[in-house]
Amino acid sequence: MPNLNIDFAGIKAPNPFWLASAPPTNSGYQIMKAFDAGWGGAVWKTLGVPVINVSSRYGAVNYGGSRMAGFSNIELITDRSLADNLREMEEVKKYFPDHAVIASLMVETKEEWIQIIKDVENAGADGIELNFGCPHGMCERGMGSAVGQEPAVLQTIVEWVMEVANIPVITKLTPNISHIVDPGLAAARGGTNAISLINTIKSIVGIDLDTYAPYPVVDGKGTNGGYCGPAVKPIALEMVKELAQHPEIQNIPVSGIGGVETWRDAVEFILLGAGSVQVCTAVMHYGFGIVREMKAGLEQFMIDKGYETIYDFKGKALPNVTEWKHLNLKHKVVASIDNDKCIGCDLCYIACDDGAHQAIRIPDESGNRIPEIIEENCVGCNLCSLVCPVEECITMEQRDDGKQHLSWDDKTIANEVPTSFDDDRAGGKGHFVPTVQDALKHRKNNN
Amino acid sequence: MSEYKRPTSEIEFEQNFAQKKPLMNATEAHFESSKCLFCYDAPCITACPTGIDIPLFIKQINSGNLTGSAKTIYESNWLGNACGTICPTGELCEGACVFNHQDLPPIQIGRLQNFATADAIKKDKNLFSSGPSNGRKVAVIGSGGAGIACACELRTMGYEVDIYEAKSKPSGLTLHGIAAYKITNQEVEDEINFLEKQMGLNFICDHPIENKTQLEKLEAGYDAIFLGVGIGATAQIGLPGEDKTNVIGAVEFIEELRKKHHELNVPNRVVVIGGGNTAMDAASQSARMGANTVVLAYRRSKEDMGAYGFEYKLAISAGIESVFNAQPVEIVGNGIAKGVKFIRTQVVNGKLESIQGSEFVVEADLVIKATGQAKQKHFLDLIDGLELDNRKKIVVNDKSFQCTNPKYFAGGDAVNGGAEVVNAAFEGKMAAQGIEKWLTGD
Repeated sequence: MPNLNIDFAGIKAPNPFWLASAPPTNSGYQIMKAFDAGWGGAVWKTLGVPVINVSSRYGAVNYGGSRMAGFSNIELITDRSLADNLREMEEVKKYFPDHAVIASLMVETKEEWIQIIKDVENAGADGIELNFGCPHGMCERGMGSAVGQEPAVLQTIVEWVMEVANIPVITKLTPNISHIVDPGLAAARGGTNAISLINTIKSIVGIDLDTYAPYPVVDGKGTNGGYCGPAVKPIALEMVKELAQHPEIQNIPVSGIGGVETWRDAVEFILLGAGSVQVCTAVMHYGFGIVREMKAGLEQFMIDKGYETIYDFKGKALPNVTEWKHLNLKHKVVASIDNDKCIGCDLCYIACDDGAHQAIRIPDESGNRIPEIIEENCVGCNLCSLVCPVEECITMEQRDDGKQHLSWDDKTIANEVPTSFDDDRAGGKGHFVPTVQDALKHRKNNN
Repeated sequence: MSEYKRPTSEIEFEQNFAQKKPLMNATEAHFESSKCLFCYDAPCITACPTGIDIPLFIKQINSGNLTGSAKTIYESNWLGNACGTICPTGELCEGACVFNHQDLPPIQIGRLQNFATADAIKKDKNLFSSGPSNGRKVAVIGSGGAGIACACELRTMGYEVDIYEAKSKPSGLTLHGIAAYKITNQEVEDEINFLEKQMGLNFICDHPIENKTQLEKLEAGYDAIFLGVGIGATAQIGLPGEDKTNVIGAVEFIEELRKKHHELNVPNRVVVIGGGNTAMDAASQSARMGANTVVLAYRRSKEDMGAYGFEYKLAISAGIESVFNAQPVEIVGNGIAKGVKFIRTQVVNGKLESIQGSEFVVEADLVIKATGQAKQKHFLDLIDGLELDNRKKIVVNDKSFQCTNPKYFAGGDAVNGGAEVVNAAFEGKMAAQGIEKWLTGD
């Protein structure tokens, strides 16, 4: 049986599944329930000077039959007293000494930082997370993402914290910045023990078409919220990778956050270098029990691959994430349709014809809806295989012999890349494109 | 043995005749509509006789444009609500759904369609309006599916339309000819009222057109005449004893049941003769009315029946019994039918033959003949130059639905010999466009 235990920057936990600092960690009651359900750690809802929240706090992006593919909130940090939170924290640690309890903090002055760190250490917290991420409300008062967006300020505060903290410190970053490495470096230079990311993305999830106000609507008005949930995972994965590949940051443990809902998501974060994952939206959607699927899936993956701990595969995908210019231009795949599985929806045909490279045709015989790949036109873009609703019906088959490697970089060095607007060396040269008039053949005859 | 208790009240009747395709609730519609793939050149559209843009109306339901969805449906089919409910969708749109090819249940297109149309009807959404008057007048004879579709389409083009109906209420077989568990009276009436209000339909009820004088008057008073006359009463099959009091035609039985509901007295032993969809409806409904034994008798094999498989299964599930290869030879009894005498049949060299000495009697207190309807030949012969084919169906141009007498157009059962409401809706609409083309020379 694989061992899911982790040691994250000195914070030990029975598994890498942690609750992110958010509504599910608002109280000791919730965190106790979560640990009972199988979560390995929890980052307490951000502590600081308690706030007053608005009514109507969350909004969502639904997709087709799925609820909450994306989720947004305008809730602030804790609105409960520090004393209550600390008392509950102490109690939770008594019941669960081996689980990770991390105190998320957000205060303004150096004195406040020093005081609150002492308080949470006394309450038994295993670590501290610095909330430099909230993109709504708190940032208007110079906290949250206002700090995360100013690397110099961020570094200063990390330095204040590191001076006094006796437990590991995780710096949580905001994605609302053009280059995640800047705050990452600032955190590293400030001496942080670990980094977590991403916090939520500044967003408007939708507009109410009757009140003309953004969701969530608060008495006819709204404000930008923090976006999270399954839809943001790709952004989070990329940012985790940026830090994990950076020479000055790569040795700092990273806790991956953003759209983790299944074991697969968690494994992806770990493969890109994360040493733990934090989850919020999935719990807000399905409750703490969702961790059963994550743990079971991670274990099965590790059994199937022969891994004993997550460190056996942590960062394993990083060498394969490279720059575009290093990709092999000689690699060639083409789509292949399994006629026995095809149901004739012809989405691949229209996606290719309207949205890609006109490499699929429908046979010119009535009743036959099984499309055909025009191999010479197929650029191997994958679109057809992505729109196909049938499992393993359209697959991409390799056509090169795998022996040749030539990248844009290689070509640049060899002076073989196109340099003028009508350069004959352009990739699309000689590739079939229908004539403009061919479009007229598709006009519906209304008579 | 029938599984249904005899209904003694309207509530019990409704229980026995629970709607086969009940109206979806909003949650069902949301999840069901989200499953549609939005196929390219979707096979469901091709399978729909009226060519409704099904993926579009489903997408509109899912995106919260319910009114637009109803509009999409009605743009192709003026009886969008009735068809969503009545259509043999498993044989048409849903049968063509690509999900069938991966053993997935097809999208419930019919019920989604009703979700959209019922909402528009309930909220009395103004989807269409009649066009500015073009000064031309058309008489529509018969207010069934074909007549209503033709009239609505003509109204959009600015025609003045009078619809002559022999009965006291419009609808034709859309109401009277459909089994009660497929659509309620109220639903049919609501849709017709909805269209009547929106399109300004002028129904002239209790006004049968049946003689030459009337026809001449119509010919003089209107620019064109549409024949949506359907087919007539159940035909005589020439069986000894057919005139006994408790022998009834299936069409008449279904209509009576529609009118009387639980107050219609269906006796304990019923024999239904026939193998088409109407026979299935009659048998199924007899069982639901609490008859103890309902025997469906067909002269050929089960496989030879004209009825859809799902209709037969539905009748079986209602508790009916069936006898195949049984040809009725006589209705026995003294003034009142006591049973039907059959003779066994077999197919020899492709021909159906009786087996000598194999006669047997199935006892019955009610005999329902579902053996086809008589054509309206006598009436149609009154129209000069109106050609009928050898099966007494009106001959029309297959695009314009114009008859051989050019002033007349026709559609529905009178032309197709007896098909679905959806076919009538299509043909009526096409005929309206044919009329426009003929009159404007366009």
